[in-house]
Amino acid sequence: MIVRAADRVLVQGITGTQGTFWSQQMIAYGTRIIGGVNPKKAGAEHLGLPVYASAAEAANDRGFEVAVMFVPPMAARAAALDAIEAGAKLLVVLTEHIPAQDVMELIAAAKAGGTRVIGPNTAGLVTPGECFVGIMPAFNAKVHRPGRIGVISRSGSLGALICLNLVRAGFGQSAYIGVGGDPILGTTTRDALRAFEDDAGTDGVMMVGEIGGTAEEDAAEYAATMKKPVIAYIAGAAAPEGRRMGHAGAIVMGDKGTYRSKRAALERAGVRVLDAPTEAGAAFTKALGA
Amino acid sequence: MNFEEHAAKPLLDAAGIAVPKSRLVTSAEEASSAAAELGACVVKAQVPAGKRGKAGGIRMADTADEAAKAARAILAMEIGGHRVERLLVEERIPIAREFYAAVLNDASAKSPVVLFSTLGGMDIEDAAAKDPRALSRCVVDIREGFGHREAEEMLGGRDLGLPSPKRSIGFAQAGDGAKDVAKTLVALYRLYRQRDAELIEINPLALTEDGRLVALDCKFTLDDAAIPRQPGIAALGARERLSALEARGRELGLQYIELDGDVGVLANGAGLTMATMDAVRHLGGRPANFLEVGGQAYTLTKSALELALANPRVKSLVVNFCGAFARTDVMTEGVVTAWEELKPTIPVFFSIHGTGEEEAVELLRARLGMEPFDLMDDAISAAIEAAR
Repeated sequence: MIVRAADRVLVQGITGTQGTFWSQQMIAYGTRIIGGVNPKKAGAEHLGLPVYASAAEAANDRGFEVAVMFVPPMAARAAALDAIEAGAKLLVVLTEHIPAQDVMELIAAAKAGGTRVIGPNTAGLVTPGECFVGIMPAFNAKVHRPGRIGVISRSGSLGALICLNLVRAGFGQSAYIGVGGDPILGTTTRDALRAFEDDAGTDGVMMVGEIGGTAEEDAAEYAATMKKPVIAYIAGAAAPEGRRMGHAGAIVMGDKGTYRSKRAALERAGVRVLDAPTEAGAAFTKALGA
Repeated sequence: MNFEEHAAKPLLDAAGIAVPKSRLVTSAEEASSAAAELGACVVKAQVPAGKRGKAGGIRMADTADEAAKAARAILAMEIGGHRVERLLVEERIPIAREFYAAVLNDASAKSPVVLFSTLGGMDIEDAAAKDPRALSRCVVDIREGFGHREAEEMLGGRDLGLPSPKRSIGFAQAGDGAKDVAKTLVALYRLYRQRDAELIEINPLALTEDGRLVALDCKFTLDDAAIPRQPGIAALGARERLSALEARGRELGLQYIELDGDVGVLANGAGLTMATMDAVRHLGGRPANFLEVGGQAYTLTKSALELALANPRVKSLVVNFCGAFARTDVMTEGVVTAWEELKPTIPVFFSIHGTGEEEAVELLRARLGMEPFDLMDDAISAAIEAAR
């Protein structure tokens, strides 16, 4: 789930406003985009790249490892199945508000087809200095810079802020993995921790969570077994119970998904939990002795 | 979106799961005539809250007069912060056994889960604590579905028939119960799929003295993301309780949640907005709201600012942008334009980073003569100080 400069990327929904804007940004940064999909504009050229009728057609023509979806929620399931059947190794689902049953279906299909899903409702993946896939400000050197911290986040904007704070303290990122803000995710925080534990380019992991669900509790269980230091920040300490805080997954129901439970689980696992995003830099300076 | 009992039960009925005959009423007089028609009945408060029985919102009535009396009492109640305005008057079902059945999204399994318990009529958590063996759980492969084979496997060998004295009379044989329950579970799963439920729960699912299965209560939660493709039933769901400002936010397509503090918060993205609220509290202040302009809503910044300022408790404002997808130049343009128009008297403090940052900072300098704080904490501290 760490994207590399050599990865060939297909953009589903490349001709839309956002698909166009972010494809331009990705190409400018060095992402190897091989083309896009829009069934209505198949055969045309866009941004100097071929537009295919389907991911299957793109796979037969230029080939790709990674697909990224700029596709509206009700069309997401079909687009995902198309990419999975075409053999995508990695599928980045940026779309927010996909019906949950469609999400479960596409994740089940991906599992059967050997595709790793990132998201839904993620801002994507960044490997500073190499490439990015999604809608992160990779091109802003105050936010993303090559380095040795792996960053995992359920939120794009908060993930960007944390990266900014790390860069300010002199820490770049080995990679940024946006797992997404939905309750049901293809790749969990725990999965991303494992990827960074195994990554030779990563010395420590910054984990950005939020209230709702049990992702942080599950991640804590794995963090307890890790060799590399993990530092966490959990958003939502001041959030009221029973209200959905923007993300579909960010809701406290009774005693489930609370800030307190997550913080306690992480601290029991030996993970330092920050009170504010601005503390991230100092925390790594201490943890890594830099 | 949650459905109250009276809105959920017709969905079960249409799916082939039996429910008691009932009338939805709003007065004691209507309750009385409903009871005259239905006979011995149960009068139930219709509110989007649990624990209605414990609160006294569910009462038995043998006659029309008793129904009117029960209705009068319940209509005077408030349950879980909701005033009772509607009642369901339901025929009373003679219960032999109570079961529990549900289908829901399981985020950890990333799959639907079917639950069945032989201990119904109580909280499923309480039932699990009382006797863990009573609960069966089936993680469904959503691509394969949940049919009779899966249901029967899940119920495997359980005695779900009538208690022995009745059975000996010969109404129902052991094993028949399991077949009927399996049929109900399959119908419930089909309904869950057809109607994009997040959760359907029947508790209790009653086995009547004459061997029928009847759903006595039902919870149904529709996946909010599926509302566009479920227009037929979305109108039946309970409206969320929103303050006037929250309702206005909803109409504008903005995520706005009113809190009781005095420092207004405007940020992009759910995570950053929460973190900004948290930091207000952490640094000794009190946030006045959650207001997110992320996702597709980042072009609505002008409306968002108006909304934040419309709260009379707000004494200062923090604008915290860290653009990924959302472009800070577009959002800042919205804030600056609205600020010029509205000319608010309260102080505002900015912190701006990420996509479009340079243009955004230029805009702020040129048109409001303001400098953003480099650190979000400094902007927040200044706003807290100003609110004092």
